[in-house]
Amino acid sequence: MDVISDQNWLLSLGTFLPLAGVLVMLLIPKREELLHKQVALATALGTLGVGIYTLIQFDYDKAEQLQFYANTEWISVIKSGYTIGLDGISLPLYFLSMVITVLVMIYSWDHIPSPGNPKAFLILMLVLQTGMAGTFIAQDLILFFVFFEVVLLPMYFMIGVWGGEQRQYASLKFFLYTMFGSALMLVAFLALFYQTDSVSFSIPYLVEQGINIDQDVAIWIFGGMFIGFAVKVPMFPFHTWLPDAHTQAPTQGSVILAAILLKLGTYGFVRIAIPILPQAAVKWAPVIGVLAVIGIIYGALGCLAQKDMKRLIAFSSVAHMGFVMLGISTLTATGINAALFGMVAHGLITGMLFFCAGSIKERYHTLEISRLSGLLIQMPKLGWILGFCAMASLGLPGLAGFWGEFPAILSAYNPAPALNEPLFRVLMVIAALGTVLAAAYLLWLYQRTAFGEPNPEFTGHGHAHAVGAAGNDEHHDDIHDVNVFEWIAWTPLLIAIVVLGVYPQLMFKVMDPAVTQLVEVFNP
Amino acid sequence: MLAHEHEAAGWFLEHAWLIPVIPAVAFAIIIGFGKKLPMKGSEVGIASMLASLVLAVGTTWQWVQRVDAVHGSEGEGALARGVFGFARGLVPRAAEGGEPYVEPVIRSWTWWQSGGIEFGLGQHIDGLAVMLLLLVTFISTLVQVFSLEYVRGDRRYTHFFASLTLFSAGMLAMVLAENTVQLILGWEIMGLCSFMLIGHWWEEQANSRAALKAFFTVRVGDMGLLVGVAILFGAFGTFSIQETSRIAMDPATSQTVLLWASVALFIACIGKSGQFPLHTWLPDAMAGPTPVSSLLHSSTMVVAGVFLVARLYPVFYNGFDIAQNGNSANLIAIIGGITIIIAAGLAFVQNDIKKVLAYSTVSQLGYMMMGLGVGAWTPAVFHIFTHAFFKCCLFLCAGSISHTASHHSFDMKKDMGGLLRRMPITAGAWMVSTLALCGVPFFSGFFSKDEIIDNADHNGYKVFFIVGLIGAFMTTAYMTRATYLTFFGTPRGAAAGEHHDEHGHADVHADAHDAHADVHADAHAGHDVHGAHDDHASHGKPAFGIAGESPILLVFPLIVLGFLAVVSGYINAAPFHIEKFLEWVEPRASEFAPKIDHAVFTWAKAAPSIILVVLGFVISLALCKAVFGEADSKLKGLTQRNRVLGAGHRFLVNKYYLDDLYEKVIVHAVAYPIAQAAYWVNQHVLDGIVNAFGKGGRRTGEWVYKYVDQGAIDGLAVNGSGKAARGTGGALRPLQSGKVNQYGALLFGAAAIGALVLVIVNI
Amino acid sequence: MLINNFLLLGAVLFCIGVYGVIARKNAVMVLMSIELILNSVNINLLAFSMLHGNVDGNTFALYIIAVAAAEVGVGLAMVLLIYRNRKSISLDELSEMKG
Repeated sequence: MDVISDQNWLLSLGTFLPLAGVLVMLLIPKREELLHKQVALATALGTLGVGIYTLIQFDYDKAEQLQFYANTEWISVIKSGYTIGLDGISLPLYFLSMVITVLVMIYSWDHIPSPGNPKAFLILMLVLQTGMAGTFIAQDLILFFVFFEVVLLPMYFMIGVWGGEQRQYASLKFFLYTMFGSALMLVAFLALFYQTDSVSFSIPYLVEQGINIDQDVAIWIFGGMFIGFAVKVPMFPFHTWLPDAHTQAPTQGSVILAAILLKLGTYGFVRIAIPILPQAAVKWAPVIGVLAVIGIIYGALGCLAQKDMKRLIAFSSVAHMGFVMLGISTLTATGINAALFGMVAHGLITGMLFFCAGSIKERYHTLEISRLSGLLIQMPKLGWILGFCAMASLGLPGLAGFWGEFPAILSAYNPAPALNEPLFRVLMVIAALGTVLAAAYLLWLYQRTAFGEPNPEFTGHGHAHAVGAAGNDEHHDDIHDVNVFEWIAWTPLLIAIVVLGVYPQLMFKVMDPAVTQLVEVFNP
Repeated sequence: MLAHEHEAAGWFLEHAWLIPVIPAVAFAIIIGFGKKLPMKGSEVGIASMLASLVLAVGTTWQWVQRVDAVHGSEGEGALARGVFGFARGLVPRAAEGGEPYVEPVIRSWTWWQSGGIEFGLGQHIDGLAVMLLLLVTFISTLVQVFSLEYVRGDRRYTHFFASLTLFSAGMLAMVLAENTVQLILGWEIMGLCSFMLIGHWWEEQANSRAALKAFFTVRVGDMGLLVGVAILFGAFGTFSIQETSRIAMDPATSQTVLLWASVALFIACIGKSGQFPLHTWLPDAMAGPTPVSSLLHSSTMVVAGVFLVARLYPVFYNGFDIAQNGNSANLIAIIGGITIIIAAGLAFVQNDIKKVLAYSTVSQLGYMMMGLGVGAWTPAVFHIFTHAFFKCCLFLCAGSISHTASHHSFDMKKDMGGLLRRMPITAGAWMVSTLALCGVPFFSGFFSKDEIIDNADHNGYKVFFIVGLIGAFMTTAYMTRATYLTFFGTPRGAAAGEHHDEHGHADVHADAHDAHADVHADAHAGHDVHGAHDDHASHGKPAFGIAGESPILLVFPLIVLGFLAVVSGYINAAPFHIEKFLEWVEPRASEFAPKIDHAVFTWAKAAPSIILVVLGFVISLALCKAVFGEADSKLKGLTQRNRVLGAGHRFLVNKYYLDDLYEKVIVHAVAYPIAQAAYWVNQHVLDGIVNAFGKGGRRTGEWVYKYVDQGAIDGLAVNGSGKAARGTGGALRPLQSGKVNQYGALLFGAAAIGALVLVIVNI
Repeated sequence: MLINNFLLLGAVLFCIGVYGVIARKNAVMVLMSIELILNSVNINLLAFSMLHGNVDGNTFALYIIAVAAAEVGVGLAMVLLIYRNRKSISLDELSEMKG
C-alpha cells in the first residue's frame, strides 16, 4: 500500500496537543475557573488550527493513500507499532472531532453543568478529544483499541458526574456495554493477529493478509468485531445504552456522543472490519443490513413513543445510524460514501439538535414535550433553529441529512454483486418508509413544542408559582433567546449543514477515492 | 455539450436555469435582509418573480421559434434535425409519417459524484417545461401582487413572502429538472414551503395540525418517489430524464422494472397531487392564507404529481401498458377516475367556500391524472394550463370576498350571499372562471376537459369516458351551488353587515391572537370568535358592513386571470382547428416519447358533456333555490328528516371517514400502540435482557459464593482441613506473638535458611 | 563489572529493608522498609534483564512497582485507621493477632 510520509509529525501534534493543555490545566488551581476556560479553549483552538493546517496540507489528488504516515516502534514485544496515517475516509471525521470540541468548549463557556468544576470538566473534554482524534488516525489495531478505550473513561465520568438524575445507572450501563463490546473486539483483534502469522497489528498489513484467512474463521473474527462496533454505533439490538446515556449526559456530553463517539463504531466497520475481512463481510452484510433497517423503523417507532425531547433525539440517532449501516452493508462505493457522509451529517445535525435541547432544558428546566409549546413565540430564534435542524434531520434535500439517506437507499437497490439482491431491495423500501416516520416524529415534535401558544407555566404570569419548587420560580425570567455564546457555537454547525447540503461534493470528493479502492475487492 | 449547439438554441433557452435560481437567491435576500427593506421584503419577491417571468416569456418565445423552425419548414427540417440531433449524437427517428422530434435543450453540470455515480444539476427544456415555467412564473407573480394587499400588516409578512418565493423556486427547479435527483430536490422544497405556508398562522393548533398533515401525507407519497427513483437508477444506471425516457421506450427494457417504478412513482403523485386515497390533506391545507391556497392549487405543488407523470410519461406509458389494445384500465386512470367522483361528491356538502374549491381542485386533478392514464397526454397537460388560470382566479375571488365583504369568514352559508351587486368585478371574474371550470363551450375549460373525455372514449377507455361525463355533471352542480350561495340570494351574516357574536360553525375555535383582537376590538367589538376564517392583523381599506369592491391590488389579478380563463383555451381549440399548444408542447413520437393519438373533435361527440353540464346547472339551480332560497321549502332540512339521505349526507360531511381512518386508526395506531409497543419492547425485552444479564451475573455470583465457595470449598476442604490444623495450631500457638516485627523476622529468617539450603544443595 | 555493582546495591538495600522491618516499631517506617526490599528486588531484576538482554525482568519490575504502589496505598490507609482508633502507630501495641 502506498503511503505518503511527509510532515508525519502533524497528526501526532494534532492528536496530543490537547494533552499539553491538560498538563497546563493540572497545574492551575481549581478556583481559577476563567483561566481554565481560557486555557482549554486556547488548546482546542490550537488543535483546530493544526487540523486546518492538516486540511490544507492534505493531498486531495491522492486521497486514497495514507498521508502524514508515521510508523515507529511502540510495543515491540507484542509487535504493535505506533502507526498513524490519514486518508480520505478518516480526514472528515478527524477534522469534525476537532471542530465539535471547539464548539462544545465555546458552548461550555457559560453552560458548565451542575455541579460545576470546570477544571475537571474541561480536562475530561480535552482527553476525550485526544481519544477521538487518535482513533481516527490509528493504523494499528492495538493503537486503535487504546484510543477507542481512552474515549470511554472521560465520557463515563462526564455522564456519571455531570449527568441527570439517573446518571449512575446510565454511565455504568454505557461503560459496561461498551466494555463488553470492546472485550470481544480485542479478542477478535488478537485472533486476527494470530491468524496472520503474528507479524503485525498494522492495518495496512492486515488488509493485505486478511483475505487469506479461512472463511469460517474469518466469519467468527468478524463477528467479534461486529459486536464491538455495533455496540458503539449503536445498532439494534445493542442500542439500549444510548437513550439512557444521551438523556442523562450533560448537553456537551450528548453532543460529543452523538457527533463523534457513535461514529467510532461505523468508522471501525469501514476502516477495519470490512477491508481486512472482505470474505466475512460478504457473509455478514445481510445481517447488518437487516439489523440496520430494523433499527431505522424501530428507532423511529421509539421516537414516536417518547415524552422527553432529548430521549426522542437519542432514539432518532438509532434510526439515522441505521441508514449509515444500511449504506455500509451494501458494500458498494455509493453505499459506503453515503454512510460516511451520513456520519458527518448526523454528527452535525444531531449534535445541533442536542445543543437546542440543552438550551431548552437550561431555560425551562424540563424537556417534557407536553409541557413545552410555543417556543417560537418565547424564543423565535431558537425555535427557528430547532425547526431548521428538524428539517435537516428528516432528510430535506438541500441540507446535509439528505445526502446520507438518499444515496444509501439508492445503493441498496444494487448492492455488491455477491449479495442477495431481492433482500436488499426489500430493505430499500422499508428504509424509505423510515424517512416517512422520520418526518412524522420530528415534525410532530416540532408542532408540539414550537407551535401554538406558550405554556402559561413558563410565561411568568401564569400559575408559575403553583408549580412548587421555589428554585423553579426564579428561573422563569431566564427564558431568553439564543445568547452570544450559543450563536458562536452553533453558527458553524448551521453553516456546515447548509454548505454540505448544497455542495456535497466537498466531502464526496475527499472520500470517494479511498472508498472506491476499499470496495474494489467486492467487484470481481 | 458542444458550443455550437448553444448558439443554435438561443440565449433564453440556454439560460432557462436562471429562472429558478433568481427566486432562490431572492429567498436568501428576503430571509437575510427582508425586514430592513422598506416594503419588508415583498418587493424583492415580486421583483424576482417578474424577472423570472420575463425570462420565462423569452424562453417560451425562443422555444416556439425552435419548434417552428423544425416544423414550419419541412424541407429544412432535415437540416435542423441534423443540427439539433447530430450535435448530440442522437439522430431522432421520425415517427411513421409524423413530424420530426424537437430536441429539448438540455444542459447539465456535475453537482457531485460518489462511487462513479454522477449527480447533476441542469435543465431539460422542452414544451412541457416551457409551458409550466411560463405558467408558474405568471401565476406566482400575480399571487404575490395579490398578497401585497391581502396579508398587509401580518406579523410574519416577510417570512410569508420568503416562503412564497422559495416555493416558486422549488416548483421551477422541479419543472426544468434535467434529472430525477433535481426533481426530488424541487419536490421536497415545495413540501417544506407548503409546511411553512399552510402553518403560517401556527399559533392556532388547527393550522399547525393542517401543516403537519399536509407535509406528512405528502411525505408518505415521497417514499414512493425515493423508491421509484432508486429503481429507475438501479435498473437504467442514469438519473437523466431524457436517458430514462429513451430506455423506457426501448422495447428491450424489462416491463416488470417499469411497472414497479411506475407504481412507486405514482404513489408519490398520489400524495402530492391529492389523489384518492391521499387527498385528505388538500382541503385541510385551506388553513393557510388564501394566496397560498391559490398558488398551491393552481400551478404549483398539486400539479407537481401530474407533472411527474407527464414528465416521465414513457415509464408510465410502458409500465402500465397504457396504449395496449383491450386494456381498459390501469392504476393511473382508476385512481384519477375515483378521485374525480369522490372529490366532486365532497364538494357538495362544504359550507366553506375555499373547501369547495379545494375539492374541486382535487376533482380536476383527477381529470388530469385520468387523462394521462387513458393516453390523452396533451389534453391532460393542456388541462394543467387552463385549470391554473381559472382555479387561481376562483381562489383569489374567494380571498377577495372574505377580505372585503365577509370579515375573513369563508362560510358561504353564514356570511355570504347577494354579493353580485356589491362586488361586480369579483363576481364577474368568479362567473367566468366557474364557466371555464364547468367546461361550458367557448370557455377555456371546455377545450381541455372535453378533450380528455373525448380521448378516453377514443382510446377505448369506456368506463372512464362515463366517469368523465359524470364528473362534468357534478362539477357544474356543485359550482352552481357555491355560486348561488355566494353571490345570489339575500346577504347573510357578515356580508349583511352583522357582527354576530358566535358562529354556529362546527369547529369554532377561540381566537387566541392578542394582536388580532386588539386591532379589531374597536372596529367590531364582540367579533372575536370566528368560524372558518383567515386571520391577519389588519384589514384592507374598505369599511365593513357595506362591502364595496376590493382594492385595486386585489382586483387587478382577478381581471387578468378572469380574462385568461376565457381566452387561454383558444391556444388549442379543437373545434376551431387551432392546435398551437399541441404543436409547441407535445413531444413527437420518437425514441424518447410515445406516440400520442388524438381524437377528432366533433360537436356530436361533445354534445353529451354539454348537455350534462346544462342539466347539472339547471338541476342544481333549482335545488339551490328550493333549499336555500325559499324559507318554507319542503326540501329544507330534508337530510334531517330522511334517513337515507341523512346517512349519505353524513357520510359526505365526514369525508367518507377517510380522515378518521387515517388519523384515528393508522396514525393513532402507529403513534400510540405500535410505537408504545416498540418502546415497551425496548425497555422491557432488550433492556430487560441487559438487566437480566446483570442480575443473572449477580445471582450466579451469589450462588457460587453461597454454595461453591461457602459450602463446598469452605465447608469441606477449608473447614475440614481447618479442624486438622487446629490441633497443630495449638502447638504452634506461642509462636504467635501478634507482633509484626517478630513475624517479619521469622519470615526473613526462614527465607535465609531456605536460601542457604538452596545454595548448599546446588553446590 | 557493572552488574556486580547493581547486585551489591540491591543486597545493601535489601539488608537495610530487612533491618527496618524487624527492628522498627513505627508502622510507617516498616512500610517504607518493605518498599526498600521490593525495590532492591527490582534492581536485581533489571540488572539481570540487562545482562541477558531480554525484557522479562523489566516486565516483572513493572508489575512489582504496581503491586508495591497498591500495597503502600492499602498499608497507609490501614495505618491511618489504626491511628484514628488508637492514637498510636507503634507496632508493639498491636498484638490482637496473638494466638
